[in-house]
Amino acid sequence: MLTLSLFIIPLIAGLVLLNIKNKGLASSISLVVSIIQIAVFVYAFSVFKDKSALLSFDKPWLSDFAIRFHLGLDGLSLIMVGLTVVLVSIILLAIKNLNYENIPKLLGLILLTEAALVGVFSAKDIFLFYFFFELALVPVYLIANLWGGENSSKITFKMFIYTVFGSLFMLISFVLLYMRGQSGDIESIKVTVSLLPNLIKQILFWGLLLAFSIKMPIFPFHTWLPDAYSKSPTPATMLLSGLLSKMGVYGLIRILLPFAPSGIQLYGEIIIILAVAGLVYGSIIAIKQNEIKRLIAYSSFAHMGLMAGAVLTLSVTGLQGAIFQMVAHGFNAVGLFYIAKIIFDKTGSRSLTTLGGMTQSAPLLTVMFMVVLLGSVALPLTNGFVGEFLMLKAVFDFNHVIGILAGLSVVFGAVYMLRFFQKTMYGPSNDITIKITDIGTKEMMVLVPIVIVVLLTGVFPNLILDISASFVNSLGVLNK
Amino acid sequence: MYPIIVFSVSGLLMLYLGLSVSKKSLLPINLAFLLIGLLSGFIDWNAPGLYFNNMVEVSNTLILVQSVVILAAILVAGLSSKLFEDAIDHPAEYYALMQFAVVGALIMVSFQNLIMLFVGLEILSVALYVLAGSDKRNLRGNEASIKYFLMGAFATGILLFGIAMFYGATGSFDINSGSSVANNLPEGKIFFWIGLIFIFIGLLFKISAAPFHFWTADVYQGSPTIFTAFMATIVKTAVIFALYRLAVYSFSFEYDNWSKFLVIIIGLSMIIGNLTAVYQSNFKRILAYSSISQAGFMLLSLIGLGEQSFGNLGFYTLSYAFATISGFGVFLIVSNDQLVDGRPNENINVFNGLFKRNPDLAVILLISMLSLSGIPLTSGFWSKFFVLNDAATKGYLWILILGIVMSAVSLYYYFKPIRATFGSTESESITVSAIAKATLYVCAAMTVLLGVAPNLFRGLF
Repeated sequence: MLTLSLFIIPLIAGLVLLNIKNKGLASSISLVVSIIQIAVFVYAFSVFKDKSALLSFDKPWLSDFAIRFHLGLDGLSLIMVGLTVVLVSIILLAIKNLNYENIPKLLGLILLTEAALVGVFSAKDIFLFYFFFELALVPVYLIANLWGGENSSKITFKMFIYTVFGSLFMLISFVLLYMRGQSGDIESIKVTVSLLPNLIKQILFWGLLLAFSIKMPIFPFHTWLPDAYSKSPTPATMLLSGLLSKMGVYGLIRILLPFAPSGIQLYGEIIIILAVAGLVYGSIIAIKQNEIKRLIAYSSFAHMGLMAGAVLTLSVTGLQGAIFQMVAHGFNAVGLFYIAKIIFDKTGSRSLTTLGGMTQSAPLLTVMFMVVLLGSVALPLTNGFVGEFLMLKAVFDFNHVIGILAGLSVVFGAVYMLRFFQKTMYGPSNDITIKITDIGTKEMMVLVPIVIVVLLTGVFPNLILDISASFVNSLGVLNK
Repeated sequence: MYPIIVFSVSGLLMLYLGLSVSKKSLLPINLAFLLIGLLSGFIDWNAPGLYFNNMVEVSNTLILVQSVVILAAILVAGLSSKLFEDAIDHPAEYYALMQFAVVGALIMVSFQNLIMLFVGLEILSVALYVLAGSDKRNLRGNEASIKYFLMGAFATGILLFGIAMFYGATGSFDINSGSSVANNLPEGKIFFWIGLIFIFIGLLFKISAAPFHFWTADVYQGSPTIFTAFMATIVKTAVIFALYRLAVYSFSFEYDNWSKFLVIIIGLSMIIGNLTAVYQSNFKRILAYSSISQAGFMLLSLIGLGEQSFGNLGFYTLSYAFATISGFGVFLIVSNDQLVDGRPNENINVFNGLFKRNPDLAVILLISMLSLSGIPLTSGFWSKFFVLNDAATKGYLWILILGIVMSAVSLYYYFKPIRATFGSTESESITVSAIAKATLYVCAAMTVLLGVAPNLFRGLF
């Protein structure tokens, strides 16, 4: 029931907000919804260990097809739903104070995305998973189009077609799975999957992999990403980079790992090489970027590559690292995109060549930026370090050469991130940057929670790793 | 059975009412007739049997299918309000013709005798030939009407030839007499087979399955939009169920043979329909080619041949009717608002900036296109899922993969109009008449509702 309410509350609130014109009312509704959602989640978290029956909701949906509306939370789902609930609350808080038209509708669409994401992360039935996986994209597509700039319809079209195309291959795999097992339940499919004929196993592996690797994205399916991230309005970018890309990694762990283990044994190495290639490639391109949103976009792409590689090593460390990094990267990416938006609103520029010296006039922003940035470059005691370290160790154990290459990306990451910081905050200030005002309480209310999470999970990683450990250990397909 | 009688009478009445009643009150009268017809069908609920000397069958499932046909007619009539009052001199005639066409469609879904199939098809077709050319001053409309008539007559000829062959082989027009021939009279079997193939081809012409689809795009484009919507939904529904009756009820003992023939038709329809639609820029042509691929999907339920196939097909046609009618409905309103050379603009760019001009219409268009392309939580997803699952259960794995790949292709052209709605425009906002608005809302709401709970309708079968 708790999981269901986590899904229903934002759904209803989102639909209500779409029909509200008053901005003040809409803001307070979204604030109340955020608080309720966090409260429900905290309660769910507290009963997770002993009364997990409370978390499950199971009703037949299509009785003659054995397709059930089954939501539930295990260790992995709990982390992802928590990430969604907290991050969406932060995004809502951030959006309210930005100068967009039609704020109530924007907030409503974000809440609808939240509902779909909670659905994705807690679905226990493959078809339910597929629905929410597709559905999450629709509100983001609308946000990107309606609040985007000139070219947005062309760019989001590319993104939409790309990702839906990928998920249709997931659908092929799911229909095949369903036909063999006559059930949509993830747990019961896991049992039957090893009995499938070889051809089906192959189709399953490639179909699922294609869907998730487009969603994340993994090299070479990333061509939709730079434009979609940099040209979309900030709310859409935050949702895409912070949460929607995590659906891909989540899918790898939840669906691909248990459903197509033999495919990973066979082709895992190729995919890891591709993922790491994307990681290095994304990092190098990010170094050359002058547009700050594009820079963050490429850095995001690089991080996703490492997560994919780590998951496919089929090791406990890799998986733990990837799960931790999903949370870390979610917060860091949202923080960075928000800071980019603040910089743009204050100076009217996103180009590194025209910025500089902002630390003089905006010391608070500098501090906040610094912390989020250090999280992103994986400095010890920040959240980025734990995940990156675990993942790099896993990849290194898998293959030393690939591991070393992947390790290079940490160096590159420091280069492009510090360059980003240096070119905006330090150096000589110019006419525009000398005059800007520092961030106020409104911005601090968004950035402080992010900074707290960056430091807290960096110092106490076991807050997350303990929960995910129970899931990872029960997975049963990992190499020892 | 009762709807057939009701509409035969009400169609004639409508013609006379056109002389005495004002134009404005014709639409409510028409809607009332259609509603009476819809409700009268349920008098026979739970009273299955054969009527009129074994000419038509009545059963609960057939009543549901007939309701789909009548419902589609009601929705199309709901859209026609403003258009008919403004542009057409004698709307009563068109309302009457639409009702006659419905009679034909109703006969086609419930025939028990091949003569009835022929009669039903002719009643439906002749009415539509006239409707297709009803915009007399439009050259394209004339072309469409002539083309539709010639092609249709040709197809009917083939069908009739097939029926004659069937009669020659079996000595009966009853659709259940086939199996006895196959078992008792081996030398008559060749005639039986030729007859079967020709009947199939005649009907596949009508449903515009490839390679018998060449008339579709021109006829869809040339006909007035409102009748294109009528054609796309009602003819498709009637013909696919006629095919279903023949293939599954009377010739199922030859399943192994005709399914091989049919599966090729399905593959061709999907490939040709979807790939050609990608290159179109006229919205009606896009929907014409999309209807070819949808015909392919509908035919899948024939080779599915499971317990649920009939219900799945019923669900498909209902979902297709809602999506198509709302898509055409939005297009009708928008294109009549923006004239090019005195004629409605039919290019995709007519949708430019619709989100600013009238967000409700844009959302309805979005839902309709999502449903046609088969995105989840619209009824279109389930309808494709059901028929693909049916076919795949029978072992046709490649058609499942082809179907889904072609759905992926279809995303591209279904999203062309949606992309346009986000564009910028100088045009002013659009106002929509109350009845048309209500119709569109119902279509969109039902598309989503059936997408969330498909068994609401499917469970009835």
